[in-house]
Amino acid sequence: MKMNWMTRLAFALLPIIASLAITALLITLVGSDPRAVFERVFEGAFRNSTAFAGVVNFWIPLVLCSMGLVVTFTAGLWNIGVEGQMMVGAIFASWGAQFLALPAPLQVGAEIALAMAGGAVWASLAGLLKVRLGVHEIFGGVALNALANVWAIYLISGPWQPPEGGSAQATRPFPPDAVLPSISNAFPVSLLGLIIAFLAVVGVALALRGTRWGLQLKATGKNPRSALLLGVPTTQSALTALIVCGVLAGAAGSYRALFTYTSLRPLLTGGIGFLGLLVVLLVGVRAIWTPLVAFAFAVVLGGSTRLRVALQLDQSLAGVLQSTVVLMVLLANGLRRRLSARRSVEAPQPTQTAVDFKQEQTAHE
Amino acid sequence: MRHKVGLFVLVCALLSVVALPALAQDEFVFGVVLVGPENDRGWSQAHYEGGLYVEAVVPGTRMIYFPSLNPADAPETTLLDVVDEMVDQGARVIFTASDAFEEDTNRVAKAFPDVVFINISGDDALTGAAPSNVGNLMGQMEWGKLIAGCAAGLTTQTGSIGYLGPLINAETRRLAASAYLGARYCYETYAGGNPNDLTFTVTWIGFWFNIPGVTLDPNEETNAFYNSGADVVISGIDTTEAIVVAGQRAARGEAVWAVPYDYLGACEEAPEVCLGVPYFHWGPDYAEIVMAVMDGTWSQDWEWVGPDWSDINNPDTSAVGFIFGDGLSEESAAALEDFIADLAAYATNPFIPPSFALWSGWAGPLVLQDGTVLAAEGELVDPLDVWYLGQLLRGMIGASS
Repeated sequence: MKMNWMTRLAFALLPIIASLAITALLITLVGSDPRAVFERVFEGAFRNSTAFAGVVNFWIPLVLCSMGLVVTFTAGLWNIGVEGQMMVGAIFASWGAQFLALPAPLQVGAEIALAMAGGAVWASLAGLLKVRLGVHEIFGGVALNALANVWAIYLISGPWQPPEGGSAQATRPFPPDAVLPSISNAFPVSLLGLIIAFLAVVGVALALRGTRWGLQLKATGKNPRSALLLGVPTTQSALTALIVCGVLAGAAGSYRALFTYTSLRPLLTGGIGFLGLLVVLLVGVRAIWTPLVAFAFAVVLGGSTRLRVALQLDQSLAGVLQSTVVLMVLLANGLRRRLSARRSVEAPQPTQTAVDFKQEQTAHE
Repeated sequence: MRHKVGLFVLVCALLSVVALPALAQDEFVFGVVLVGPENDRGWSQAHYEGGLYVEAVVPGTRMIYFPSLNPADAPETTLLDVVDEMVDQGARVIFTASDAFEEDTNRVAKAFPDVVFINISGDDALTGAAPSNVGNLMGQMEWGKLIAGCAAGLTTQTGSIGYLGPLINAETRRLAASAYLGARYCYETYAGGNPNDLTFTVTWIGFWFNIPGVTLDPNEETNAFYNSGADVVISGIDTTEAIVVAGQRAARGEAVWAVPYDYLGACEEAPEVCLGVPYFHWGPDYAEIVMAVMDGTWSQDWEWVGPDWSDINNPDTSAVGFIFGDGLSEESAAALEDFIADLAAYATNPFIPPSFALWSGWAGPLVLQDGTVLAAEGELVDPLDVWYLGQLLRGMIGASS
């Protein structure tokens, strides 16, 4: 039996309201005014176009990683290596920014293309480790993440070190032609970055919904053995899913290097890939909801900058709110599943397995 | 300069009694951007307390600060975002307290031409790379490291000293080299050892503080020093691992010591093994800059400020100091007093040109690791050659790049 729209809406809003209430309670307990806190976060994100640009600049790499992860999750893969794929993307883009000298319009495009290729290479390494050597993608991913970080630090403190007087904590800032231009001084966001993010959202949503490849990914994700028996090339599906995610993560890394920091820095991925994992799990791997939830995360985190400056509240507060939301959403999802399972047991038709199947199907729509 | 600060503080204090209500209405806000947490008992806390000092001595001022601005701890925000916030809250001078902010400070300063930025410890105001609203500030920690090295040279029984370095750049090389020169000098002059028998090893962890999985673990590296025969470890990183590990090992009965860094109270982590701490006291210089911006007399400058030699631990006048630790023996403490007096006599000697104000220990013969002569016999090293030290000195064990 399908839940009516009111119940569905309630289940969507309940966790948000509950987590706001819990966070408000915590804020009151530490002696601050929760209303002031929420106001500051809101102001921090929407005060003016510059503040909002900060939110968008965090959202772009987050949504790129998240859309990539929608693809790998659909194929049943835990692509923990997304951070490393981002970092390698940033490294490749940085190489282009420092050593390529193309005519202006081609330069930035080539850097981003390099970043996508870098991310894809790193992702396919995790894929090959999995399909050839049987290394689970989580373990392969963790190792490749560490390797990518060490590689970046080696480059920054070694061959790409700035000349004397530089800080040795970043490469020299890239030349103006090699970085992504801002839309304006008042709204410092890269238009190209926005376009790529938009294309990623639409592209992934359409590919998963309406293509043979999307269907194969779903089949592989649900039950690789049966999918293989039914003639789905599961190895190929898994590999292509990882590569697509690598391409998007690489693009995300290039945004951090070519726009946010205009240089290569250690740890410039900042856990955005991991946050992407959270976003995608939270929306139950639904492509359409992913950009919205990513946006909500960007607002809370970006807005909390003001919180720290204005109220000098501990920086972990945004993290507390974020984790409470995650916990509440997971609880609500669990509750909803139990409720609908009970209802369907009470109903004479259809059978339990059919309900489960249908539920998963709706979950993946 | 220091006396002027003292006088100004006094005048301000007097004025505050008379004009407090008026000043309170006209609050002057300044921002401090930290690379680490404000309670790290190291570099960032020293800056945070510098800001508190300004609030205390310059009436009508209020600090706003942002802790842990780095890609790992605050990926959602950049220096531009933080500065935009601070300016929105009324900040008119912003201290960006890390060389990690050097390039970003220039970039952001161009977007806020009416705000004064002070980057610590960059040199862009010296090289001309900075816009005119960016100044630089750094304490002459070379003196502090000479004293730290001396304390280590006086104390070591195994003749082996470890230096726990952060990442490799000119600043960290010159500080490690200063510690080395101090250790050599005191090992020979006071402890009666042959300086060529002294082992001085530098290990670079890769960043200013521990980032698990990315940098070397400073706890492990400190243990590695002690395991391989060193009995004193001098810390060059932002945080307190060296002294914490030394304290743990001393508790197990080992004869080991450590010299922490940056923050006045760093010895408190393990007082009994602490030989002392060379620290920064940013307050007086922060106050001077804030006051200059307040009365409109600030102009771009690259400041590399030495200690107040009449009392290096005077909290109102000295930018760099050294607190003696409980781990120092009585004779060593006396020798160290002597050494500091020698440094003071040298530094304040009117016959030595101020442009060569760094200690005679930085005089020839000094040779870099690859054999390049930094200073021939009897020659002094230009302070800027110290500032831009390109390699470790010959005799030190460790990587130069």
